[in-house]
Formats: sequence, structure tokens, C-alpha cells
Amino acid sequence: MTQKSVQSAQQDWDLVIKPQNSLFDLNLKAIWEYRDLLVLFVRRDFVAQYKQTVLGPLWNLIQPILTTAMFLLLFGKIANISTDNIDSIPFYLSGITIWNYFSVCLTNTSNTFITNAPIFGKVYFPRLVIPLSVVLSNIVRFGIQFLLLVAAVFYFHFVKGSPLYIAPSWLLVIPVIILMAALGLGLGIIISSLTTKYRDFTILMTFIIQLGMYATPIAYPLSFLGNSRYKTLISFNPLSPIVELFRYVLFGKGTFTPGSILYSIVFTIISLLIGLLIFTKVEKSFMDTV
Amino acid sequence: MSNIVIKAENISKQYRLGEVGTGTLSHDINRLWHKIRGKEDPYLKIGETNDRTKKGDSDYVWSLRDISFEIQKGDSVGIIGKNGAGKSTLLKVLSRVTSPTIGTVKARGRIASLLEVGTGFHPELSGRDNVFLNGAILGMRKEEIKRKFDEIVDFAGVEKYIDTPVKRYSSGMYVRLAFAVAAYLEPEILIVDEVLAVGDAEFQKKALGKMNDVSKGEGRTVLFVSHNMGAIMQLCNNCLLLENGKLVIYDSTSKVLDRYIESQNTAIEKVMRNGPLEGNHFKFITMSDPDLKERSSYRFDEMISVRLQLSLPKFNNALELAMRLIDRQKRVVSTIHEKLDGYYNGEETIDLLVNIPQEFLTPGIYSWVMCINHPGVELYDLLEDILPFTILETGSDFFRYQGLDYGSVFVKYSINKLLNEKAN
Repeated sequence: MTQKSVQSAQQDWDLVIKPQNSLFDLNLKAIWEYRDLLVLFVRRDFVAQYKQTVLGPLWNLIQPILTTAMFLLLFGKIANISTDNIDSIPFYLSGITIWNYFSVCLTNTSNTFITNAPIFGKVYFPRLVIPLSVVLSNIVRFGIQFLLLVAAVFYFHFVKGSPLYIAPSWLLVIPVIILMAALGLGLGIIISSLTTKYRDFTILMTFIIQLGMYATPIAYPLSFLGNSRYKTLISFNPLSPIVELFRYVLFGKGTFTPGSILYSIVFTIISLLIGLLIFTKVEKSFMDTV
Repeated sequence: MSNIVIKAENISKQYRLGEVGTGTLSHDINRLWHKIRGKEDPYLKIGETNDRTKKGDSDYVWSLRDISFEIQKGDSVGIIGKNGAGKSTLLKVLSRVTSPTIGTVKARGRIASLLEVGTGFHPELSGRDNVFLNGAILGMRKEEIKRKFDEIVDFAGVEKYIDTPVKRYSSGMYVRLAFAVAAYLEPEILIVDEVLAVGDAEFQKKALGKMNDVSKGEGRTVLFVSHNMGAIMQLCNNCLLLENGKLVIYDSTSKVLDRYIESQNTAIEKVMRNGPLEGNHFKFITMSDPDLKERSSYRFDEMISVRLQLSLPKFNNALELAMRLIDRQKRVVSTIHEKLDGYYNGEETIDLLVNIPQEFLTPGIYSWVMCINHPGVELYDLLEDILPFTILETGSDFFRYQGLDYGSVFVKYSINKLLNEKAN
């Protein structure tokens, strides 16, 4: 047997199936070969969700509008929390828009293995295509909600006379979104890899997402916390600087330092790397434990 | 360069039995602890052969054990074995759905696996969308699918419904569309699990024809798992026989099939009566092939024999042996009457061999009713529903109609086309 394997090692093989991947066996080329599938999954996610609904993609607008109304009542009128001198409606809407994107990315990617087990169990394709398609298809949704936000900003400028910060700096929204997507993807695939064997993480996820929103300056500005120790606590949340940066780009107000932004970026990169590491390890054999 | 397209070396696959819970967590921790210290995985040493009938002592089983083989380019290889022999696990490993616990597989060329038809079909999407989605899941590029789209729809015969969500499809249409996508895959290596067991007879014929084209006409390599010996005979030139996760034999299809049929003969029924029976009676009956080897499974193209030993103390010239062949539904297929006086010369016992020609009984399960009687006067010995035997689907055309009632007897008919002037 050993003699044979020595011989064959000298031949060229297109594919070698081994028990375990090497540490970082991220096959970007394979993902690129399946780019059509990626696009089709994005399309499927988007199209299938609104089949047999009357309002269709309009639901993407209704959800943030209702949430904003609720925030307005709860945090604005009842709790009387300031909104950093930004009009409260655009303020809440901006927080909800970016938080929605992050939370959907995180929840949906964290279900990758479990919800797609029937497909994964029957056919091979680079597994990473699925979480990537989730992140991409939600960008479409984010885009729609972002347009609503922009409309609100313009409305408040032209009707209420609020200052408008529209400038080339608005383009910073793109890296902010990429950062958010990468963080959601990274954390999501870590969770998805863990849930294949131990479902405890699925349960954990459901309320982590809920609690996470309060630990992120979504319904309040970071500046509202002043210099209390809670501010330090919230600052540990890598999402806080991203959200504040997002608001700064849109409204010209936000509480962050280059250091805190760097912290978010490093945190994102590390979680993405760890995620990819675990994911590529788990994807080979998760079918046995899922 | 050699023509080997798949080379499997010592593939083994271990599964853990029971539920995932705190037990698995402690094993995982123990495994990690061994790994940290640079030691071997302690659970790889244990494990048992996968025999489901016996209760094992270990939580681990090997559903594949040390499987090595090589497949040449253009071969079509059948994988056969009983349920639980490891066929599907082997396919899963080869199609990268799961990785082997030990061992490697090396391959040349694109592998497409068809362990199921319609993988990833979304019920809400139209037939058109699903063709593209399913094609892409199976590894096709978009242009490729576009090019073949009309052919696929035509092959499936669902043109009218192509823009309707597939949840509105009949199950037959669904399966036809799903298979059609797969049929137009063009990988170098195609791995197929028993997907032909779907659809109506006409479609099965079409599907099988397509598979045949793929393996024979287009020179691609096909791996095919089936319980359907007829399909295996028709499609595959070589076969792998698995038993309890081990590779028993890898050889030409006919040799492997013989071995497989032999392994099916686990419980050969015999009639043996040694007690003090009075009167004319059967002493011993068994089924065998013409070489007197006892068997209970036969190929369609094989002669079947029944060996009888009769004791005839009350012999008279009118005595008859009657044998009635009955099928699974207990319908009478045929009856044999034979007067015994031509065979009896006053011996204590006589031995007879009754031969049933090949290609007479269609694939299925049969048994016998036998008696010794003096017609209209006395019944001496009657044995009902004895010696069940199986005709396997090898080389008959009936496998396409599996599950349907195609009768029990195969008629060697002939059809001639009449010329017009004669017919009129």
C-alpha cells in the first residue's frame, strides 16, 4: 500500500480529498468558480422572500418606519434621551438601518450549516458561498432602507431647514458597510461552525442579538453617556465606533477616535480570520454531526 | 500519464452512534487534550464493523474500512451491496459531502455528484429559475445552462409550466425537471446514487438511456450505486461489492454479480424429513442450479433446478408428482404433472432433478406447492408454500418497471412487420 501511494504522489491530481484541511485551506479560486451560484443564491434569497406577498419589497420600508415610530415614542418622548442635536427621525432611522443590516447578516450566516444541511448533504460546492450570498443579498435590502434614510434627511433639510452634510465624505458609507458586513460575516460563521455540533449557540444567538442592540448606540448617541464608566463599557463593543462613524458621515456628529475605529477594524479582521479558520475546518465533516 | 481518474487509498469513515450531548463534549475535550500533547486520536483505535443486527459495545462504528481502488478513465463502475454496506457513505466521501476519517481520494477532472435529484430546488421559484439554481449548485456555469436550457426543458417535457413555481408541479414533473438538469451536466466524473428509482417507466427508460450515452458514448467516467442489478448490468463494466463497510471484490460486473448473488443466498430453505413417515412422501427437496449447488437466488438468464428425493413404499402406476409454482401474490404461475412410473424401479428412494428453463420467470419472488398423489383417489403428501426463491433482475428489461405488476412469465415473442398489401 505504501509503495503505491509513493508512486501516485508523483502524479498530478486535480483534486485530493483528505481527512483534514491544512490550517488555512481557503480556496478563493473555487469560490470564484462558483460566482454564478453566488449570484443565483442572492437572487433566490431576495425573490423567494416576497413571493405571494402583496407589498413585496415594500416590507423593507415598513419595518424601519414602524421601529422608528416606536423609538420615537419610547426613547424620545418617554425616556427623553437626546439625539445629539440631530433630528430624531433621521437619527433613529440611521441607527435602525445599520443595525438591521448587521443583525440580519449575523443571524442568517449563523444558520448557514443548519438551514442548508439538506443541500450540503447532497452536493459539494464551496460552503462559504452561502454566508457570502447572505451578506450580499442583504446589501440590497440595506440599499432600499438607506434610500429611505436619505429621503428622510432631505425632507428634514428642505422642509424643516436642518443642515445638510451631503459631501463626498458620504462615500465613506461604503467602507462602513463593508466593515459591518465583514464583522457580521466573521461572527456569523464562527457561530455557524459551533452550532453544527452544539445547538446551544443557536439559543444564545437569539437573545444576544436582542441585547446587542442596547449595547450599541442605536437608540442613543454615544455622547449621551458623557464620560461615565458605561461609556467605556459600550466602547468595548466594536460596533459602537462603526455606528458613530456612520452617523458622523451622514449628520456630521459622532463620538469616535481614530483609535476606536482602528480597534473596530482590527476586531473585524481577527473575527473574520478566526471565522474562516473554523469554518474551513468544520465544513469538511459537519454533515456527520449536524 | 496513466489513465486513472480516481484513486482511493485506505478510505475509512468512522461514525459515532447515539445522540450529541454532554457525552460528545467530554469526548471532544479528551480528543483535544490528546491533540495538544501530540498524541493520536484515542477514538480512532476503537470502533466496530458496521453490523446493524448485533448490539455493539462501542459508541463508534466504521461504516467504511480500508477501501482502496482505482478507476480508469471512461469506466462505468457500479457500487453494489446490501443496505448499510456503506455504498452511500462511499459516494458521500467521493463527492466531498463529508470527508473520510482516514485515507485519501485523488481525482482528475471535474466531479459532479447526483445523490439526489433537485438539490436546492426552491418551491417558490419558477421552473426556469430552479433550472439555473440547480445547475449552478451542481457546478455548471450560467452560460452553460443557458446554452442547454431548451434541451433541458425539452427532455423534461415541462415547457408549458416552465414559468410556474415548482411547488405547483406534480411530483412527476418536478422529478423530471430535476433529473433533466442533472442529465445535461458535463463533468469528467459523474457520481450517481439511485436516482433512477423515480418517475414513470417511460421516463426511467429515457433517464437510463441518457446515462448510457454519458458513460458509453461520451467516454466519461460514471460511478453508479443501485440495488437494481438490471440497471447495473446494462450500465457498468466494473463493479465494487461492499459488505459491512469493507470492499469484498472489485472486478468485472458479471463476476461481481455472481459473488453478490452468492452472498444473497444466506438462508437456503430445504425440506428434510427423516421422521418415520408412512406412505408415499417427499424425503428431501432443495433448489439448486444445474450443477447441484444449492441456491435461493437466480439470475434471470439462469436455469433453475429442483432436487427431489421421494420415498414411495405404496407405489402404484397412477402415482403422480405435482409441482405448482406460485408467485408473490400467491397466483399460480404454472403446474407440472409428471407420472412417476417411468422413474421408479422399486428402489427405497428415487432422486429427481426438475429443470426450469432460463428466461422464463420474470424477476420476483416465487415459491412452490408440491404433492404426491393418485389423481382423484388419494393425496399422499402435500407441502405448501415451500422453498421460496428469487429471480434477480439481471439483463431482463423488467427493472424499468420495478414496482409494477408485469406478470410472472416472460414470453419469447416475435414481432414481424406486415407489408401493406398483405395487411389489407
